[in-house]
Amino acid sequence: MSWPDSSSASLSLLVRVLRAPRTAARLDLAGWDLLLRQAGNANLLVSLLYLLEDDGLLDAVPAAPRAHLEWARLAAASHARSVRHEVACIAAALRGLDVPLILLKGSAYAMAGLDAGRGRLFSDVDILVPRTRLDQVEAALMLSGWASTHHDPYDQHYYREWMHEIPPMVHVRRGNTIDVHHAILPETAAVRPDPDLLRAAAVPIAQCPGLSMLAPHDMFLHSAVHLFSDGEFEHGLRDLLDLHRLALQFGAEPGFWTGLVPRARVLQLGRPLYYALRYLQPILGTPVPIEVMSAAAAAGAPNLALRAVMDALFLSALQPHHPSCVGRLDAAARFALYIRGNWLRMPPFMLARHLLHKAFVSPRTDATGDQA
Amino acid sequence: MLTVSSLTPAQLRARLHGPGLDIQTGPFVNRLHSNIPHLAAGLALLYGDYPLRAAGGFADFHLDLSQPGGLRRWWRPQVRFEQDGQHPFKPLPVDQAQPFCEWMMNWCVSNRAHGYLIVHAAVVEKHGRAIVLPAPPGSGKSTLCAALVCRGWRLLSDELALVRHEDGLLVPVPRPISLKNRSIDVIRAFAPDAVFGSVVHGTMKGTVGLLRAPAASVHRAGEAVAPHAVVFPQWEADAPATLDPLPRARLFMRVADNAFNYTLLGARGFATLAGLAERSAGYAFRYSRLEQALEIFDALAGPGDAA
Repeated sequence: MSWPDSSSASLSLLVRVLRAPRTAARLDLAGWDLLLRQAGNANLLVSLLYLLEDDGLLDAVPAAPRAHLEWARLAAASHARSVRHEVACIAAALRGLDVPLILLKGSAYAMAGLDAGRGRLFSDVDILVPRTRLDQVEAALMLSGWASTHHDPYDQHYYREWMHEIPPMVHVRRGNTIDVHHAILPETAAVRPDPDLLRAAAVPIAQCPGLSMLAPHDMFLHSAVHLFSDGEFEHGLRDLLDLHRLALQFGAEPGFWTGLVPRARVLQLGRPLYYALRYLQPILGTPVPIEVMSAAAAAGAPNLALRAVMDALFLSALQPHHPSCVGRLDAAARFALYIRGNWLRMPPFMLARHLLHKAFVSPRTDATGDQA
Repeated sequence: MLTVSSLTPAQLRARLHGPGLDIQTGPFVNRLHSNIPHLAAGLALLYGDYPLRAAGGFADFHLDLSQPGGLRRWWRPQVRFEQDGQHPFKPLPVDQAQPFCEWMMNWCVSNRAHGYLIVHAAVVEKHGRAIVLPAPPGSGKSTLCAALVCRGWRLLSDELALVRHEDGLLVPVPRPISLKNRSIDVIRAFAPDAVFGSVVHGTMKGTVGLLRAPAASVHRAGEAVAPHAVVFPQWEADAPATLDPLPRARLFMRVADNAFNYTLLGARGFATLAGLAERSAGYAFRYSRLEQALEIFDALAGPGDAA
């Protein structure tokens, strides 16, 4: 097994501290300045706060950076309150429908009290509902104050015919966004994990009667899909940290590691799982069992040439996107990953048409919209 | 203590181009980067009295206001705000760099410094009695604040009242006072000695002139003070100056309406705001003439200890 090269010298300060919080104790004020800027840029300030707190290191933080961490704590508490409120509003809006309501990603981590949800900031609530019930769900949300976005006919077509979600809906008073999914990958993607399998395995969230979340394997795989198939790495490091924490928490349960690769095969998600495990260990030091890594490689490794390319792109994309980070994703690599993300979503002809539309037609309609 | 005025213009530009110019405003250190000569000159004029911190320490806020290269250098040149590789706002015409810099410094505080209840308000103090002036734009808050400050009141802030959670004290963050449109000439006539940065036309707030904060206020930026009154000013043509007491609950709600982070702070914000409302008398204030307004404010401040 060959790991991608990421000797600690090439890791950013933030990643080194995420791996070993104790190293923060040796920082001078300039070091704290850089650490907090990288963490803020990666949306990980609160995660950093909790890591330091859990290791009893908070009192050793100099006063000025400590103040920033405490300010972030207050903002995170507010975020957590608003997520609980938003989820309660969504549940209330859909109560009469008798639709099984499954929370995805950040909102599931937060509501279930998972380690991955502690201090994690996110902007949208994502839910998964059966495709056959989409119209009812959308109508019920509209009656409760959520309005559809993306009124451009092309975008409507794009979402409703090709994507795994309907256009994001924004609440007219609170301004919060909900993404209603019926699957975890687009209709047009070559790989389409069966949403019925995901729903059948979903587990209730103990603290929230009526709400469910994906089962541990599926939650981990969805997190991997989100990071390694979407083409947007704005929060790459945060999303990798999600996977790290899910792996640590679920990995302590019997059966998690042994069942992970078989489940990925069933859901056709061997490739994203392979990438997730491949980069977790060298970047965040996640203890991935060697036999699981080998099984994942058998299930989803790309050929060596492609792997070398992806190593270069992902190792760069998973750094904090701060100007100080060496090897940070340059514009070309970012564009390459954007194209790849779309490549995975749709066949070549459709992709070409989509990119042409996004490049030449959408900006023009946006401009006329501004003048109106 | 070293101040920004200790730097020669060349040294100041070198800091802005290189490691950053670390200016302390109240409890915050701002690290500024810029390649715009007139912004450097403006900072030298308006921030000369402020403490200068050594390069390479910890800075609370990092602001880069630079002119991008390329075609934009010649064609309608712009100033772009960057913070840690991100551009949260659209660029502006380059002649607006100075007011843009002020807005961004305010934004950094109101967006992050949740160790305080942050109210959109001016704060002035005389004889140890601090008066908070919360108000939406157009109420004449800055004009009144500038007039008070030009007549010896201490400036704590023109834009951001910081109420510290721990003790309910108002923490000064004195910065230049941003005057808009006709207020600029009103204050120039009222206080001919007042020092202004260059006046900028055509901003989203109209014409903006930045009035330099008095050196004495800058030197006392470390002295927090208890709130004495909260006054909601409203300029009204030809109105006689009147000061009407506000019930405490109304005071509370009106301050909450003007706070940036009241909702975010949750129970903490409620407690801090309740403390402010408990300690302060509340008034609605209508005025048209600054001289009349000053008399009323001097009465609110009461006689000094020496009197």
